[in-house]
Amino acid sequence: MIIGDVVANVVSTEKHPDYVGHKLLMVQPLDAYGKAKGKTVLAVDGVQAGVGDRVLLVDEGGSARNVIGDEGALRIRTAVCGIIDRIDIEEHT
Amino acid sequence: MRLGKVVGRVVSTKKLPCLDGLTLLLVQPLDQHKREEGPLIVAFDTVKAGEGDVVFYEGGKEAAQANPNGWFNPADAAILGIVDAVNAEEAL
Repeated sequence: MIIGDVVANVVSTEKHPDYVGHKLLMVQPLDAYGKAKGKTVLAVDGVQAGVGDRVLLVDEGGSARNVIGDEGALRIRTAVCGIIDRIDIEEHT
Repeated sequence: MRLGKVVGRVVSTKKLPCLDGLTLLLVQPLDQHKREEGPLIVAFDTVKAGEGDVVFYEGGKEAAQANPNGWFNPADAAILGIVDAVNAEEAL
């Protein structure tokens, strides 16, 4: 799983049937200190997250399909599976 | 899954039979402000996208699953939707 910030809502009408009925979010992956790291990814929303939320992202097909509750959606690989309240981390000096 | 823009078409005549009938498109990955992000990729199309369309695409095994010629094939990126709008948070 990776940590990320939801940076955009993505609206699509013409899409593969596996994706029908699912909200798409664009997520910017972060490092442990909340700084942007790496390229943005799109994910299917499984927890009613929105722009500005810090979220947990799963980038593995079987788990993602489990999150959205549709084991037959074989073309879905990435899903938002949690909204993060807080990250506790030991400060480096 | 990533956001991208179709910037061209790739024509290939001699290819593996499992890629027959697929439209290969050249895709430029984009960020939330539709700025270019990373190198171009080639993806096959499942939604009749065309040049200039903003799309989303998936990679890996999940992309291969979208190939109508059977799932055991060497396609590693598939365009799965045409994007109407990207509602990004305004940069402060």
